[in-house]
Amino acid sequence: MADATLDTKAAEPVSTAQMRRQMLKEFWFYFSENRGAVIGLYVFVALVFVAIFASLIAPHSPFEQYRDAVLKPPAWVEGGSWSYILGTDPIGRDILSRLIYGAQYSLFVGLVVTTLSLVAGIVVGVIAGYYRGWVDTIIMRLMDMILAVPSLLLALVLVTILGAGLNSAMIAIAVTLQPHFVRLTRAAVMAEKSRDYVTAARIAGASPLRLMFRTILPNCTAPLIVQATMSFSNAILDLAALGFLGMGVQPPAPEWGTMLAEAREFILRAWWVVTFPGLAILITVLAINLMGDGLRDALDPKLKRS
Amino acid sequence: MSLLQIDNLTVEFETSTGWFRAVDGVSIKVDKAEVLAIVGESGSGKSVSMLAVMGLLPATAKITADRMLFEGQDIQKLSGSERRKLIGKDIAMIFQEPIASLNPCFTVGFQIEEVLRIHLGLDKKARRARAIELFKLVGLPNAEERLNAFPHQMSGGQCQRVMIAIAIACDPKLLIADEPTTALDVTIQKQILDLIMDLQARTGMGLIMITHDMGVVAETADRVVVQYKGRKMEEADVLSLFENPQSNYTKALLAALPENATGDRLTTVSAFFDGNPEPAPSASATGANA
Amino acid sequence: MTTDTMLEVRDIKRDYELPGGFMKPKKTLHAVKGVSFKLERGKTLAIVGESGCGKSTLARMITFIDEPTSGDLIIDGKKMDTRPGHLTSDMRQKVQIIFQNPYGSLNPRQKIGDVLGEPLAINTDLSAAERRNRATEMLIKVGLGPEHYNRYPHMFSGGQRQRIAIARALMMNPKLLVLDEPVSALDLSVQAQVLNLLADLQDEFNLTYVFISHDLSVVRYIADEVMVMYFGEAVEYGTRDEVFSNPKHEYTQTLFKATPKADVESIRARIAAKKAASAA
Repeated sequence: MADATLDTKAAEPVSTAQMRRQMLKEFWFYFSENRGAVIGLYVFVALVFVAIFASLIAPHSPFEQYRDAVLKPPAWVEGGSWSYILGTDPIGRDILSRLIYGAQYSLFVGLVVTTLSLVAGIVVGVIAGYYRGWVDTIIMRLMDMILAVPSLLLALVLVTILGAGLNSAMIAIAVTLQPHFVRLTRAAVMAEKSRDYVTAARIAGASPLRLMFRTILPNCTAPLIVQATMSFSNAILDLAALGFLGMGVQPPAPEWGTMLAEAREFILRAWWVVTFPGLAILITVLAINLMGDGLRDALDPKLKRS
Repeated sequence: MSLLQIDNLTVEFETSTGWFRAVDGVSIKVDKAEVLAIVGESGSGKSVSMLAVMGLLPATAKITADRMLFEGQDIQKLSGSERRKLIGKDIAMIFQEPIASLNPCFTVGFQIEEVLRIHLGLDKKARRARAIELFKLVGLPNAEERLNAFPHQMSGGQCQRVMIAIAIACDPKLLIADEPTTALDVTIQKQILDLIMDLQARTGMGLIMITHDMGVVAETADRVVVQYKGRKMEEADVLSLFENPQSNYTKALLAALPENATGDRLTTVSAFFDGNPEPAPSASATGANA
Repeated sequence: MTTDTMLEVRDIKRDYELPGGFMKPKKTLHAVKGVSFKLERGKTLAIVGESGCGKSTLARMITFIDEPTSGDLIIDGKKMDTRPGHLTSDMRQKVQIIFQNPYGSLNPRQKIGDVLGEPLAINTDLSAAERRNRATEMLIKVGLGPEHYNRYPHMFSGGQRQRIAIARALMMNPKLLVLDEPVSALDLSVQAQVLNLLADLQDEFNLTYVFISHDLSVVRYIADEVMVMYFGEAVEYGTRDEVFSNPKHEYTQTLFKATPKADVESIRARIAAKKAASAA
């Protein structure tokens, strides 16, 4: 077929690995155009590093109570000491160490909650978007009901039923976040379902299950990844809120929200006991959200310049 | 003095793999009352060069030209607001997707009157009257009623008529039609082309017809520029282009038309390049600028 | 050999129910209003018409994507049971479709090798190595190379994608290929290549084509028989030469008149007319 030479010549053989590298490069090109996203990514990586090596980095144990150093201010304030860089809390625990260990909770919860709500949301959303009709109606009305209740209130109710603690807090947060994934997946599936390649797979004899999860779902991932990063930060926030209300992780665990709650009465006397956990939450959530923005820029083809 | 004269226009875009040159040293000239067709396949840069003239490219695009004159006035030196005054009034453009080119939130009447208000500063009554007149001119029946219709209530052909009405609202000196009939059915295409050609002949405006369709070229153009991958391959008047094409690329394009098929199989483009995938510009394309 | 009918369509109809709103009755839209034709093995029938004339609905019925409201579909001498769930994969494999838009018909997240291997993976129990061999063979057959096996669709041009779509359709050795505007999204030079490829493949596999198009010059080049559709009805049906030399229906004549002519004589005539007009 000599006439094919014109349009095949341009493409030289490439291996899978090479191609992957090229796609990664392209991804990085669009991601790195967003400065905030890159900063967010660095902060996030640092956070993961801190969480993993908490036992090596932390100067003290998060539970050790130094009775001679109760409510010590940060090192640079008068009366502070360099052995407790960010000061100590009302019962003499080192705040920096507790924050470092607290990163473990936040990241762990973020990961588990996001995975839980993502998987459940995708399965339910794909089914709703693919079958439509009454299945869709029932699922979507149920999701609307969950969305109609303020998420923190719903999480509180669920935690009350399941009993306070880390596990029930995670389940409760996952339930409140999951409708977002359902709606997003359903919308994406409905858009993709009418595309020709799905029809082509149907003609090839693909079963509904294959169509749903092998053919359609991989094409819906971009918005889901973005939503997942947003859920990650939401989960951390919600966990902190539950902790603050005393319904999340129970003391003496060094969870950021719980730390805030414990320090409530000292706000006026010792600003550092509330400021630093608050800042930790703020920075983490901000970093992840910035990263999510960058991911959207890089993954959403609609925003991509050709 | 020609109506529009562009010398050595180059447009580049930045991509993840470096700078991409969409238009590469193209020179174009249109006289008053002349119909110039720019013909090329996708990626030939035929639309990009006209968008560059209109100033409609994103700010990230790098545009350079030795000269860009409209009626002897250098477009490149114009400020943003001066340029906007020129565009839409003296230079108008119509696009490929008529339904997408109209704002779905407003009635077509509002959209045409907006143009009249901005460029001509007519009062409400005069705008209405002129809009009705224009609608009649482009062959839309029940003009008064039509003005209150939304774009989605009209067919593709009717939307294109509205677009044409908006384009000619200020009596432009130059109309740029970017694939105006590609999205339309054949019978509608015929009507729209007839309408454009009729308006052109009546008003004496210059017309640049951007198209990929050799049939449209044959039915409309006085002079033709053939582009390929951002470069000009050939420039000739329409009859000599079809009768006696100079560049290999033009020959190949004409041979690939199904109606020119001889025997069992179509002649394909690569057959003309002797295995060399890049056709060279012909002498006529480079010499025509002198 | 005289009556080797591959496809017969008898009075096929398709209605769409438009859901009525509050206090509004349901509306029925007749997309295809009783079309019949017969097509011999190895021949090409072109269906011509403008958007909304029902030609794509007809194509979708022939390929079992949509179910006809009434009428019979007889393929290779067997009457097809088009009710959902009654289609055997055997029947499915006989008919394949090529879509107009080569950018939408390939799964962006699927490598070319998997695109071609998918029909085999679903319908046969060939080993992965055997599937790979078949896919590679087919790639070469449509003018691509083995090196394209591991790539994703976005790395190909429109013409190459259409070749891949053709290769996928041919993987299960179909007998009837429905081509829904296969070249109208392609550039002129690429269009010629794909049309040539289709002609080559038709000769090699003795394929029967139902070729849907709005472009009369393409139809004239590729078709043996031509059917013109207008608002769901077949207004003209005959051999190519009959239809092109002597169009009977008014709409067909309009269609022919509207098609731009790119020959030197018509250009000369147009220029002469223009000169005369400006002189007057």
